Amino acid sequence: MKVYYKTLRDLPREELFAPGHRMCAGCGAAIAMRWITKTIGPNAVIVNATGCVEVTTTPYPETAWMHPYIHVAFENSAAVASGVEAAIKTLKKKGRWDAGDSKVVVIAGDGGTYDIGLQSLSGMLERRHGVLYILYDNEAYMNTGIQRSGSTPKYAWTTTTPVGTALRGKVQWKKDIMGIVMAHRVPYAATASVAYILDMVNKIKTALDYTEEGPTFLHIFAPCVPGWRYPENKTVEIARLAVETGYFPLYEWDHGKLKLNPPSNNHLDKSKRKPLKEYLKLQGRFAHLTEQEIAEIEKELDAYWEYLGKLTQL
Amino acid sequence: MSLPKASELPIGAVIPEPGSTRRNKTAGWRTLKPVIHDDRCVRCQLCWLYCPEGTIVEIKGVFKVNGRTYDTKYEINYDYCKGCGICANECPTKAIEMVPEAP
Amino acid sequence: MQKTKLVEALTGNYAAAYAVKASDVDVIAVYPITPQTTIVEKLSEFVANGELNAELIHVESEHSALSAVVGASAAGARVFTATSSQGLELAHEILHIASAMRLPIVMAVPTRALSAPISIHNDYGDVMNARDTGWIIYIAASAQEVYDTIIQAYRVAETANLPAMVAYDGFLMSHTVEPVELNDEEEVRKFLPRPLRPYTLNPKRPVTMGPLASPDWYYEFKYQQATALREAYKVVKEVDALYGEKFGRSYGVVETYRMEDADYAIVTYGGAAYGNAKAAADMARERGIAAGVVRIRLYRPFPSMDVLRALEGVKAFAVLDRAIMFGSPAEGPLYKDIATAMFMHGVDKPAVNIIHGIGQRTMYVEDMYKIYTMLKERPSKEVVFMGVRV
Repeated sequence: MKVYYKTLRDLPREELFAPGHRMCAGCGAAIAMRWITKTIGPNAVIVNATGCVEVTTTPYPETAWMHPYIHVAFENSAAVASGVEAAIKTLKKKGRWDAGDSKVVVIAGDGGTYDIGLQSLSGMLERRHGVLYILYDNEAYMNTGIQRSGSTPKYAWTTTTPVGTALRGKVQWKKDIMGIVMAHRVPYAATASVAYILDMVNKIKTALDYTEEGPTFLHIFAPCVPGWRYPENKTVEIARLAVETGYFPLYEWDHGKLKLNPPSNNHLDKSKRKPLKEYLKLQGRFAHLTEQEIAEIEKELDAYWEYLGKLTQL
Repeated sequence: MSLPKASELPIGAVIPEPGSTRRNKTAGWRTLKPVIHDDRCVRCQLCWLYCPEGTIVEIKGVFKVNGRTYDTKYEINYDYCKGCGICANECPTKAIEMVPEAP
Repeated sequence: MQKTKLVEALTGNYAAAYAVKASDVDVIAVYPITPQTTIVEKLSEFVANGELNAELIHVESEHSALSAVVGASAAGARVFTATSSQGLELAHEILHIASAMRLPIVMAVPTRALSAPISIHNDYGDVMNARDTGWIIYIAASAQEVYDTIIQAYRVAETANLPAMVAYDGFLMSHTVEPVELNDEEEVRKFLPRPLRPYTLNPKRPVTMGPLASPDWYYEFKYQQATALREAYKVVKEVDALYGEKFGRSYGVVETYRMEDADYAIVTYGGAAYGNAKAAADMARERGIAAGVVRIRLYRPFPSMDVLRALEGVKAFAVLDRAIMFGSPAEGPLYKDIATAMFMHGVDKPAVNIIHGIGQRTMYVEDMYKIYTMLKERPSKEVVFMGVRV
């Protein structure tokens, strides 16, 4: 990533996401939205998939958005963005676009990305549209009331993966969305966390600049207060622990090279990672986990780190 | 309250007024209220950084606190603060205190 | 006024592609499906040869095709898409959204039967299932009309701020060659002046599109939309008249054949059904039955008064539908529309619903002739499924 902001003092001051929206108190995605809008600057069109961000920010006749903004449906934000990008391109050529070098940014949740929107995302990536696609991942369908998605981690409680006598939360592992995106050979894809803002904004800006070459992708980890069942002041703490325990590594894929970013760059050595339990124990959705189940998750995580380690060797 | 008629509304449910959720003050969501004790604030900016609502306001000026001079000071816009307490939780010097809202 | 006449032998699909080129479209998003595919192929050729300065997005589905043109149209571009059958079904969700967002999208639909069983052949099951999605719907009956209607549709859509669909018989028209008179493209561009759109996605003038509406607001937008589509009727008529003045061809909203003194009529839509019904009317008249044909060109908004007026003098009529609406009081969609119009306006006369041409079952002129004799002798009280083995 290119470093546009060295310290917090360099960060953009102007707020481009209005308060008064209906996102929950302590919402992780709200932190992400605030920094996405500030970082991309005013000359961008935002395409938003259906989801909690969409419904809580556009209650007619009010909008929290200060950018030109469009929401069409759940599964098609990448297709809509493809159209917006193509329109800007051709209108520019024909001298009918008066806003200069406008960027196109998609904001979509995990449901709209991992599951229902995966096809249109793949199409957009394959066609090489100059669009920055930002996934805010809260690991379930929170807008409809906490149902499991392809992003929900194994053993997590959701309303459709309840903890019963036969089943104990979600049965399957979380899908590797970054792997899917990287397989499209995009110029740039990165993970980011609302606990590591400086890292996140530099990645947003890098990804935005690379849209000159083609599609770019950001996977932002955004804890959800009601969905993960934790006190609303713990959002950033949990997001930080997700990184520190190695559960959500920070890394970037820059033109075929994978690089771990601080603090994850030290975490290939397991002893440098905090125990996973510290991350899990703060959340009600994992409250039922046994030592054995935690050990199983840990084992899977170790395997994932081994895989990441190999990717860094590419 | 009388709402506009169909013929008075923009077509296609377009909202032509950017940032208009500002009309909706979310102060009423709070049960706990963050209070900044400026004498303990070291201007690390973390509260400003992490506030999901952007309600931590950075004031420019010359501020003398405990013999140190700062060029900024942080205040809270209570119109929109939802009282989540992330600021207090993240504050490294415990300069932000969550106090119960008056009933 | 046009100086020299340029006539080309074109299929219905190529006629559509030529109309899109003449209309100086900015963004096209399409996905291949039979029998629509040759439109995409021709447009790809125009773009590849530099004859059309447009972005052509080869999307990964029809749902994305319509979604992409929704985005492009919202950003202020003139857009085009085309599909058939399953493709229209897949895009169905976005049909509602495109019209509700009041975007002037134009889409060609060479019609095709719906699965299952899978059929690539023609009937109107696809468009009829999309008839109440808030789009302006034309059904053309010749390649020339496809060409003229697509150009008209841009002017109508951009005036009414509504999307428009131009449907025609898949294969029977999409893949058969007819002479088509092409307009001077400069003149077409003058006819389509790109009016200032009320709202577009532009960072200089930021607006929010596609918000959440609570029960206090939702209904007003739906009422707005219903009214806009009703009022589009006038725009369709005006644009057709202006087009006639400029290019010498116009069609009206309803076309009639030998209806002046007709006692019995067939009401239908699309090229094959209309052509054969006309031949049958000629045959019937030779055999002493005063027969005529009414063709619906504008299907949405439905031109109730024009249809009732056209049928004013007849003793009985049949509505020949090329789609089945399963479980309806009568299975034909056009029949239901006409029956509703008659009921609302206190008209009561024998009217029979004929279903034919399903999955491109051949509709013989003889079949149509039999409809006239049936109307004269004893109009059926039941829906007649014609041409099927029972």
